[in-house]
Amino acid sequence: MSAGAFSQSGGRAGAALETAAAWLLALIWILPLAYAVWAAIHPSAYSAHFVLDAPLTLMNFVAAWNAAPFARYFLNTFLLVTMILAAQLVLCTLAAYAFARFEFAGRDAAFILVLLQLMIMPDVLIVENYRTMSALGIVDTIPAIGLPYMASAFGIFLLRQTFKTVPRELDEAARVEGAGPLQVLLKVYVPLAKPIYIAYGLVSVSYHWNNFLWPLIVTNSVNTRPLTVGLQIFASTDQGIDWSVITVATLMTSAPLLIAFLLFQRQFVQSFMRAGIR
Amino acid sequence: MRDGAAAPPFRVPMRLQTHVYGWLLLLPSAVLLVAFTHYPAVATIIDSFFSTPKGRRAAVFVGADNYQAMLADPVFWRALANNMIYAACVIPLTIALALAMAIWVNGKIAGRPFLRLSFFTPTVLPMIAVANIWLFFYSPGYGLLDQLLGLGGVATHNWLGDPHTALACLIAVAVWKDAGFFMIFYLAALQQMSPQLAEAASIEGASRWYFFRRVTFPLLMPTTLFVLINAIINSFRLVDHIVVMTRGGPDNSTALLLFYIFEIGFKFWDTAYAATLTVVLLTLLGLLALGQFVILDRRIHYQ
Repeated sequence: MSAGAFSQSGGRAGAALETAAAWLLALIWILPLAYAVWAAIHPSAYSAHFVLDAPLTLMNFVAAWNAAPFARYFLNTFLLVTMILAAQLVLCTLAAYAFARFEFAGRDAAFILVLLQLMIMPDVLIVENYRTMSALGIVDTIPAIGLPYMASAFGIFLLRQTFKTVPRELDEAARVEGAGPLQVLLKVYVPLAKPIYIAYGLVSVSYHWNNFLWPLIVTNSVNTRPLTVGLQIFASTDQGIDWSVITVATLMTSAPLLIAFLLFQRQFVQSFMRAGIR
Repeated sequence: MRDGAAAPPFRVPMRLQTHVYGWLLLLPSAVLLVAFTHYPAVATIIDSFFSTPKGRRAAVFVGADNYQAMLADPVFWRALANNMIYAACVIPLTIALALAMAIWVNGKIAGRPFLRLSFFTPTVLPMIAVANIWLFFYSPGYGLLDQLLGLGGVATHNWLGDPHTALACLIAVAVWKDAGFFMIFYLAALQQMSPQLAEAASIEGASRWYFFRRVTFPLLMPTTLFVLINAIINSFRLVDHIVVMTRGGPDNSTALLLFYIFEIGFKFWDTAYAATLTVVLLTLLGLLALGQFVILDRRIHYQ
């Protein structure tokens, strides 16, 4: 739908008004980030005092980096996100392949049970999952943060839909050449689903980079805490840490994803689109 | 979602092998799903009928005691009411804004790349991080909101400290966070719409609003449904900003259901009561799943 097609009926004034509304909204939407950048690069005296000749500084970054073990938090988040994504890719691929191309007993019932996780996510089952982790003796470990998310109904569903669109002729041709089911999966299905893997990967990484409540519950030491939990503990200790430093920590936490997004805007947007279209 | 007509891929003599293969492929996912989704969901229900084990005293069956305590707990009712108000505000606002954003970004508006960037950015930022920034926006006196309103001569206000405004502040943050995310799905749907529709309407002299109401909006219905379901889930699932901004206060005016479960379960360690509260949350989500199933079923008959 193009705005131009309606120029004669919409009227110039209406169009201008709409553009103004869109811009106003966009400015409000970017304001928190713009503010965070302002506070981060100016001395704390200017964090709520907006003048053009405010001096620039990088001292806030130094202060924040030294105030908490952020390097360790970065490492923890990196390990967490990698572990979850690797497990998800393998598990979801196998399960999706089963649902898409194998007629096994109880398949439809199993599929409905899988889809249940789309509604009842691990995020709301915190009490029982904590109990399970205690019973397994793995509270306060990085795998404990990741385990509930490794089998992902969303991933299984997304890949199943994709695998179903693969022409059976390709599948059969590979089998005529003597490939077993797993070889067919790796040689035919996986390469054809590459865009979906990228889409799913981006969505998964952003989700788990940003996840907070469950990691907060299941971790309690520097060596396991991901960035989000580290940031919260840092920002909520009442030791007179000033706003600028907290804002810098906030920016640091968001930076890797934000930079990746700015660099690969198109892929991000398209990936989130692909992941949403069923 | 179903395909009864699909032929078995591995031929009839391999029938048994197909069953075995199917289940073997599914097994790793199935084990984890059962362990961390199905089992805890069932265990939650069972635990809600037992007492919380304390020290050497094991849990004992207490019947509906936990439920009676819950019905008599004013904070539970407050959290439930808060959550309903929160959902009733966040969901329509987010969807309406997402739709407007998508139509703008899809059209020939000036500065389109900036608009798209700006709308989508909140999606990639951690809620926990942006909540810290919003916390500053709302701080009384020197916060951005008070500074802006101060220009218009409005007196300073403790936005998060006042039970009348705290929930609205959190609603604003939630709308801000998700609108750009849902915009993407509308944008995808709009891009699949035939441009001839708009041309035809334009030749007929239909107004833009009329075209939206009679053509665009109905055609976007499946997307709206998808977005709606996700928005409902998010309004019960995401409480990160509450942990940062208000911790449920003042006077429980911003306690949402999951946040209350979190407090009962991990601050007061009353796991049985937390399980009872979780049952309420699971029931709400279960009803949603059922509703979606019924609607999807109807849509399939249409096709």
